[in-house]
Amino acid sequence: MQAFEFANPSTLQEALGLLGANYSDANILAGGTDELSLLKDNIHHPKRLVNIKSIKALGGITKTATGLRVGATVTVDDLMNNALVRAEFPSLISAARGISSPQIRNMGTVGGDLTLRPRCWYFRNGFGLLAMKEGKSLVVDGQNEYHAIFPEGLAYYVSASSFAPALVALGAKVKIASATGVREVEVAQFFLAPKERGQGESDIKPNEILTEILIPSAKGSKNAIYEVRQKEALDWPLAAAAVSLRMKGNSVESARVVLGHVGPRPVLAEAAGKLLAGKSITEGVAEEAGKAAVAGAKPLSNNGYKVQLAQVAVKRALLEAVKKA
Amino acid sequence: MPNYNWPPMESRRVMGKRVTRLDGIQKASGKAKYNSDVRPAGTIHGVILHSPHAHARIKSVDTSAAEKLEGVTAVRVVAPAGTEIQWAGAEIATVAARTEEIAHDAVRLIKVGYEVLPHLVREDDLSKAGSRAKPAGEAVTGDPDAAFKQADVVHEGVYGIPVITHCCLEPHGQTVAWNGDTVEYFPSTQNVSGIGGDLAKGLQLAAGKVHVHMDNVGGGFGSKFASDLWGLEAAKLSKASGGKPVKMYLDRNPEQTIAGVRPSVYAKIKLAAKKDGTFTAWDSTSWMTGGFAGGGLNADLLPYVYRQVPNRRINHTAVSTNNGAQRAWRAPNHPQVSYITCSALDDLAAKLNMDPLEFFIKNANLTAKPDVYTSQLKKAAELIDWKNQWHPRGDKRAGVIKRGLGLAVGMWGGAGHASQCRTNIHPDGTVEVELGSQDLGTGTRTVIVQVAAESLGLPMNAITLKIGDNSLPVSGASGGSTTVGGVSSSTRISNLNALEKLFEVVAPGLGVPPDQLEAVDGKVQVKGTPAKSLTWKAACQKLGVRTISEMGANDQRNPRGLNTGGVSGVHMADVSVDIETGVVKINKVVAVNDCGLVINPKTAEGQVYGGVIMGICSALMEERVADEGTGRVLNADMEFYKLAGIADIGEIVVHMDITPEHDKRGVVGLGEPATIPTTAAIANACANAIGVRVPTLPLNAKNVLNALNGRRLA
Repeated sequence: MQAFEFANPSTLQEALGLLGANYSDANILAGGTDELSLLKDNIHHPKRLVNIKSIKALGGITKTATGLRVGATVTVDDLMNNALVRAEFPSLISAARGISSPQIRNMGTVGGDLTLRPRCWYFRNGFGLLAMKEGKSLVVDGQNEYHAIFPEGLAYYVSASSFAPALVALGAKVKIASATGVREVEVAQFFLAPKERGQGESDIKPNEILTEILIPSAKGSKNAIYEVRQKEALDWPLAAAAVSLRMKGNSVESARVVLGHVGPRPVLAEAAGKLLAGKSITEGVAEEAGKAAVAGAKPLSNNGYKVQLAQVAVKRALLEAVKKA
Repeated sequence: MPNYNWPPMESRRVMGKRVTRLDGIQKASGKAKYNSDVRPAGTIHGVILHSPHAHARIKSVDTSAAEKLEGVTAVRVVAPAGTEIQWAGAEIATVAARTEEIAHDAVRLIKVGYEVLPHLVREDDLSKAGSRAKPAGEAVTGDPDAAFKQADVVHEGVYGIPVITHCCLEPHGQTVAWNGDTVEYFPSTQNVSGIGGDLAKGLQLAAGKVHVHMDNVGGGFGSKFASDLWGLEAAKLSKASGGKPVKMYLDRNPEQTIAGVRPSVYAKIKLAAKKDGTFTAWDSTSWMTGGFAGGGLNADLLPYVYRQVPNRRINHTAVSTNNGAQRAWRAPNHPQVSYITCSALDDLAAKLNMDPLEFFIKNANLTAKPDVYTSQLKKAAELIDWKNQWHPRGDKRAGVIKRGLGLAVGMWGGAGHASQCRTNIHPDGTVEVELGSQDLGTGTRTVIVQVAAESLGLPMNAITLKIGDNSLPVSGASGGSTTVGGVSSSTRISNLNALEKLFEVVAPGLGVPPDQLEAVDGKVQVKGTPAKSLTWKAACQKLGVRTISEMGANDQRNPRGLNTGGVSGVHMADVSVDIETGVVKINKVVAVNDCGLVINPKTAEGQVYGGVIMGICSALMEERVADEGTGRVLNADMEFYKLAGIADIGEIVVHMDITPEHDKRGVVGLGEPATIPTTAAIANACANAIGVRVPTLPLNAKNVLNALNGRRLA
């Protein structure tokens, strides 16, 4: 860890004023469940660390005219136990539960989850987000069992966010603030696949703070997530699928199917969504949707098994969504 | 001379009882101090600079900037220019500084010039090993070629179990300080009596100049016997810093790359049987790596337990890779050879269309202990309801969750190590039992006090036990499951020697010769005559101002029947496999183990629970992921180096095989045999559930789905 200045602002404006033009100027500290590890491992070495947990405006879960507003510093545990969330968003509850460490649920935040750096072991061992050595990807011929089956360009890592697949399926947006104003971005557009060294994995600039998540109401629709996990104890999903189904009676009017942990961004499986439109969810239909969702997968040398996992996750998420309570 | 024999099974008052471990509450509540908690006044911090390259020659090391950093007290070069580095994580230099953060900053200021050389860090594909492969030659008994020709059934398979790490929760390290020309040493060790001399040798000091203290150790599993480079460096940094205590522990990454691993084993195995299930021949070509030095596998153990198969051919190759060296890992060789042997035997039974339980029993005459294995196989089968739950290969029931049963066997030595104990009986009636031993978390403290309470006729709380200090009588390192046999025997002998002295003082007053006295129920009395007695305290008062202090030793050449070696064990597993995701869940593991005379069934069971859990982790999750592209271990952490949590281990049923026959053999160690068969039992249960063998562990989603889909395993 390199020495840094610690700042503890109490307002958003103050916090924004403490950020710089480069990521190395300042990092944001929320739950700290991962940032501290990145600092200690010398992957992040900012000059300043800006704690945003003292900013009251960034907390809280409230009802809005169109749905819910979740503050960026709401903890995973608070989200999981919130009555408004429980009432409409089983996919978020299930994703929260999937973060199977009480310590991380108690400290980690929803904003932190969305901006979680990839778990790629090349990245974590200091080889960078694109894991390049002498102009070649270390991932392609290397230990890629946990890597992308939907890679984008040179980005073979997988998005680490637990909530993103569900939020993309739900059509959620994030609010991002800078000193000059606030913008709203669809969660589906929030994640980026870097094309060259130095680019990040999300649409958040060094001088910006993710302030809140806006989730449209899920009344009249069904949502669910299925994560394939090796362990019950704390572990990252091997693959996940989140679904959001707008229903007309017993059949699907429109569907959004999103794969998680299979690409640098959550993968919106449009073919699966189209296939589901107008159908009732049966085991067979769910199976077909799973196949459609992974049809474009490009697995690497060691991760072909993840194609099946993603396919099964779609099937199980769909069946879970329409399961009678 | 006293009669040192253990009291008869039926008349023991303290031994054999389910006593709760004495340090349990302290450990569970955080009061127990580990040496990584120890921070004497004035402690400064040591940090190591590790090589990022798996194979390189050091061209230059420039420490000038580090030396100038404010707060740095010493910088030492471990690998000077010209040194050839053979694994990533190898130590290049060390720094001591006022704070750990400054020491880390200083390490980053050291400039090292490397000439990077080609490396090999993976051994799973032997064809890529080239000259790094070192065949050990062939060993043949009987006539395997003829036996395969004559066989009714022949099975061939490939099996692999990867390198795993020790993953000690308390990493390797120590605090060391100089006090004049002596050294105060607080290591995390399995070897309290021996490690001080080891450090002294490195420092060119007389052995007695190093004083070792350690109350508790947070895991060793065979990896913490020596003072290691970091012990020596911490001592030298301390000396260079005016003798200040230097605390230096490995970070998690080096802990799992340079502080020891368990070697892998891969094997192509061919084996044969007669139609009736008689196992007739074994032919194995195995390879493994134990790191750069190569290390070895005792391939002569093959086929494991069923070693007396009449025809066998063994070929084994050690591959030297650019990885940190292997160290003993809870039952060196045995879990791996149990896995490859029991998997292959299970596959042979499947090919014979035979229930593996029947097969393992039928061939028990090929083991060293046919009766013991037969009875343990039957007991385990009863506990897991084998008769009703077992089905032939492949669960044919509908649904994606397939359930299966599997079994495996183990064996171990575990005779007591050399151990000396001193018993002090004071005139005030207080008693001290002193040994330079250590409690690795196994319950050693508890069993020593049970033995002393039994031998002296006192309650356990009347005994003060002193361990964890090398100024106490020398006792062996805790390795090879030798501790319990050693310390129980030396304690028994020392206690009775001290008691004999007490009887000599007390006897005249009670009007009988000393050999007519006994110590029971807190009294010294004429044998069988409680009316003619003195309370323990009154008896001790007769000592006047003299303290009795008597030694006792476990002599390995003549353990007097108090301890012995040689144990068996059978584990069975019941697993469920999701054939769509490849995720394996443990429903139940049954463990039947014997360990001779069991001093404390509760702590013995605790050992088996721990052993089974380690076996589950190895079966389902653990592998060191070495990467050819970077030469690094990519999962030297506790995130992608996966270990089971409580929810992952299922139900564990432990049955200690306590019988008069085992009891009369004396005490035998249990720590290692407790883990040996679990992994293989789970692998066989998985094969039974899904109908195909997953040849390479761990049984993770990738390997299970690849096996189900017939994909080549990478």
